Amino acid sequence: MKEENRKQGYDFHEASRTETMTINMGPSHPATHGTVKFFLTLDGETIEDIDVEIGYLHRAFEKECEAQKWNGVFPYTDRLDYTASVLNNVGYAMTAEKLIGIEVPERCQYLRTMISEMARMSGHYTNVGAGALELGALTAFIYFIEARELLWDLIESVCGARLTHNYVRIGGLTNDLPDGFRENVKRVFAKNRKLWDDFDIMLTKNRIFLDRMRDTGGISQKDAIAWGFTGPCLRATGVPYDVRRAEPYLVYDRMNFDIPVGTTGDNFDRYLVRMEEIKQSMSIVEQCLEQMPDGPINVDDARWRMPSKDDSSTKMEPLIFHFKQVIEGPSIPVGEAYQAVEGANGELGYYLVSNGGGKPWKCRVRPPSFALTSALPLLVKGSLLADLIPTFDMINLIGGECDR
Amino acid sequence: MGDMNEEKKIEQGASDSEVMARAKAVLGPMGVMIHTHSQHGDDTLVVQAEDILKVMEFLHGDEGLKFDMMMDLTAVDYLGAEEVHPYLKPMNARFEVVYHLYSVEKNHRIRVKAPLTEESPYVNSITGIWVGADWFEREAFDLYGVVFRGHPNLKRILLYEDFEGHPLRKDYGKMKRQPLIGPVN
Repeated sequence: MKEENRKQGYDFHEASRTETMTINMGPSHPATHGTVKFFLTLDGETIEDIDVEIGYLHRAFEKECEAQKWNGVFPYTDRLDYTASVLNNVGYAMTAEKLIGIEVPERCQYLRTMISEMARMSGHYTNVGAGALELGALTAFIYFIEARELLWDLIESVCGARLTHNYVRIGGLTNDLPDGFRENVKRVFAKNRKLWDDFDIMLTKNRIFLDRMRDTGGISQKDAIAWGFTGPCLRATGVPYDVRRAEPYLVYDRMNFDIPVGTTGDNFDRYLVRMEEIKQSMSIVEQCLEQMPDGPINVDDARWRMPSKDDSSTKMEPLIFHFKQVIEGPSIPVGEAYQAVEGANGELGYYLVSNGGGKPWKCRVRPPSFALTSALPLLVKGSLLADLIPTFDMINLIGGECDR
Repeated sequence: MGDMNEEKKIEQGASDSEVMARAKAVLGPMGVMIHTHSQHGDDTLVVQAEDILKVMEFLHGDEGLKFDMMMDLTAVDYLGAEEVHPYLKPMNARFEVVYHLYSVEKNHRIRVKAPLTEESPYVNSITGIWVGADWFEREAFDLYGVVFRGHPNLKRILLYEDFEGHPLRKDYGKMKRQPLIGPVN
């Protein structure tokens, strides 16, 4: 038979040629956190082509915001990157304050910085934990969730909510720290530092985790910049761009922290950058608590920050301002402003336009994971189908933020 | 319109940032600029939509500016609020495409805006300069109906193919319903 084949010019490559196969992965797939559909063209197990379809969590964020009073937008921003929701609050409030031209009191700035870093930790815990889970490390996931629950207990004691915090207001905050907060932070962070060491032991030198993460989903510095990468995914390539350092806002210029960077830009570097950022965030929270002065948490201007209930129930003018704020909304001056904060995933920018009315004329969010996800084809084309999972995990598409 | 005076003062070049001074020095003589301002410290260029590629190529390639990252791209519908910007009414413009650029190397920002009329919401795609603009342009097309000429794959991104209209236009009612679409077969 073999002889005959050779005589007839049998072409092995031709005989074993495979056809590409197209499959749909998602929109709801157990190995992807977030609702997204991949339309894959596979040659065996190799990804020949990939089309990413997003929008399954689109809920008209901008249209809803345009129908709300300026302060009514906060609950909507919570639901953007819901793993780190206070960061969205802070970004929106800062942009609105930029439009007005006010600066919040010092204590408020410290509190915002502190709660932002807690939100960042929560975002990274969720991301790395879920990433580990999807690579099969269920135990690690449970450990991450324990750390996150402890952290959420702290956040809950401040603002009453665990997931969607809705803590920040234009010109201030909803409330100050509760009694005994410092002791609780000390207790929780001591436990979380121990847990961090456990994550490290479970994942960083884990052979299976390393094999899945290292040298997959890599991107060069030049490409990362061209695709609009920011946050841990950009820093993993070695570019030390962090809004907290490049354009310090709040009190980040008084904080002592490092910006971890990677070298190769692959998934493992993204993981390492996030892990180190968790540690840095803990340190920033502690520095905030140390340096935080006493004082008011709201601006003393009833046009922008609603008067306290005590005042508005007993005095005439605060009552009027309270009424105006609720019925008309603050009339923010005509203009436009863009303000960026460092979100858990990268640069979270708000672009607001005011026409002088009580509602935002335009409320645009620059979602970091939108830009990251758009580069997914570049990251996974030519690699194995299995590599799509860790890459997608470390890109960290948050449906609420990407689809809005 | 308390900011109008401030804008005028800045236009005279009293307190231009380096970025603004450089952009004005080159783009001014090219005759592509309509308006500039630095409201709240955000340097802003308003340029003719048909010249957007010329402007962007300069901002991207210039050694002194080096805007290597396209941070954000969106559109705004000013239907009924044309008085927000002084140049909208004379141009009969309704939309504005808004680009936020950032330079990683130089750590500075600029905002570029291109006003568009209702009749011709067309602007050239900048995906040839910043490849990352791809999805952002698709989103602006999806939600505002701004058409980006030369875009490699201009189709809806957040909404589904059968969606009728562009929901972020101000004349699209907030409570408007879309026809239900069933399974294809």
